[in-house]
Amino acid sequence: MSRQGLVALACLWIAGLAGLVSWGGQAAEIPLQDRQSGYQLMTPETRAMQDDDAANPGMLWVLDGEALWQRKDGRANLSCADCHGDARQSMKGVAARYPAVDPGLQKPVDLEQRIEMCRTEKQQAPPLRAEGKDLLALAAYVARQSKGMPIAVVEDDHTRPFISAGREIYERRQGQLNLSCANCHDDNSGKRLAGSPIPQAHPTGYPLYRLEWQTLGSLQRRLRNCLVGMRAEPYAPGAPEYAELELYLMWRARGMPMEAPGVRP
Amino acid sequence: MARALINVPATAKPGEIIEIKTLISHPMETGYRVGYDGAMIPRDIIANFTVTYNGDEIFRAQLSPAIAANPFVSFCTVAKESGTLTFHWTGDNGFTATETAKITVE
Amino acid sequence: MTGIDETRRGLLIGAGLLVLGIKPARATPEAMKDAIRTVIGDAPLREGKVTLDVPPLVENGNTVPVTVAVESPMTDADYVRAIHVFNEKNPQPFVITVRLTPRNGRARIATRMKLADTQTVIAVAEMSDGSFWKASAEVIVTIAACIEDIN
Repeated sequence: MSRQGLVALACLWIAGLAGLVSWGGQAAEIPLQDRQSGYQLMTPETRAMQDDDAANPGMLWVLDGEALWQRKDGRANLSCADCHGDARQSMKGVAARYPAVDPGLQKPVDLEQRIEMCRTEKQQAPPLRAEGKDLLALAAYVARQSKGMPIAVVEDDHTRPFISAGREIYERRQGQLNLSCANCHDDNSGKRLAGSPIPQAHPTGYPLYRLEWQTLGSLQRRLRNCLVGMRAEPYAPGAPEYAELELYLMWRARGMPMEAPGVRP
Repeated sequence: MARALINVPATAKPGEIIEIKTLISHPMETGYRVGYDGAMIPRDIIANFTVTYNGDEIFRAQLSPAIAANPFVSFCTVAKESGTLTFHWTGDNGFTATETAKITVE
Repeated sequence: MTGIDETRRGLLIGAGLLVLGIKPARATPEAMKDAIRTVIGDAPLREGKVTLDVPPLVENGNTVPVTVAVESPMTDADYVRAIHVFNEKNPQPFVITVRLTPRNGRARIATRMKLADTQTVIAVAEMSDGSFWKASAEVIVTIAACIEDIN
């Protein structure tokens, strides 16, 4: 990559993000009735790409996941279907409840982590590659079964401490630009950063096909992407901060309809 | 084997013009990008896409690196008789994929 | 000596290209004209018959929906033989060629293309009588604010 390109991009960032900090006042949570999916900010063409199953590239992963669901694997020689049956029934609404606090681990696990637990513990197979095609395909297939259903992460005695931890991360200023998630997504959502509208950061469509990535990606990948943008050190892959942040974001989006596999610019 | 998603109406009336939509998983690497190691990533694209309807060619496309990753192509055809549509993609590095879809015309 | 404006322009182009991670564009409006010439030869290229549908402002140049439709009865006597799409600022001017016959019934195709920069896209229809028709569209490509990695 050219040095000029780097310098220019850095300038854009600093100008854009410095603007963000000076625009708004103190972080204020978005009232429930004013919440809006990133879908609402997209062009009609990109919305059409998400809406039409025959045109949504994320459906390629859903199809792969459907095949993987039936594949026997591991020392136990079990497929997902051997335990869970027809995903169209058994997985309906499941992704809308994730991340969920695992009773054994006493901490939240996201959908991908839950699939990996099934794989290593029940199938007794080696874990799938993080952010790899197979794991994303299974996650997309499971998440797809909740399409249109309201996000159902609830605050209770089990989830409360982790939702609080996630909120604390969300509101914490970090990185060289000294920004928090809330600076962009609460205080300045709906405004623009360079040419792009700033969404409210409701993770309604994950795993989703991002045109920028030219592939499907998980919410953890998107969070890492944001951290890099804030010039913060991303958490290690699979670090508890991700699941806490994901849990907070899903709770914050409670009641909004699931869109997976979403499409975003 | 690449995953493909074909959308053909299951049934049509004779002479009806139907729309066919196709998606296939492929990176469509342009050959102009630089990888993390600083080296150019070599071109890897689907270059040709043909469709036959009961053996007769009804559509042919020549693709370039300017086609987006996971190529989407849609076109129309006249539903003549019941049978099979065969979709065939070929590309760099010996890439080849074939998919079929049935249609009932009555 | 490089003027300030030139430098700034270079920087902006650099930033734009960073999105796709590609080398500086090599195609030019002239290269596009040459590419079109290789398809149509010396035949005149007239405006009309072709509808080129591309969003005027795209959110990400990696995946830009393009639809081309050509007015034609699509009969054995009068049909669209091919549709070609060109661009002027990607590294190469050629985008896609599709071959059609009367069996297509309707000369309408859709695909998704990459656009390295704000530029003109041209669709050319090749008719069964040997005539060529075109439509063009200006597309503004915005830079995604949140790209993943700087590499």
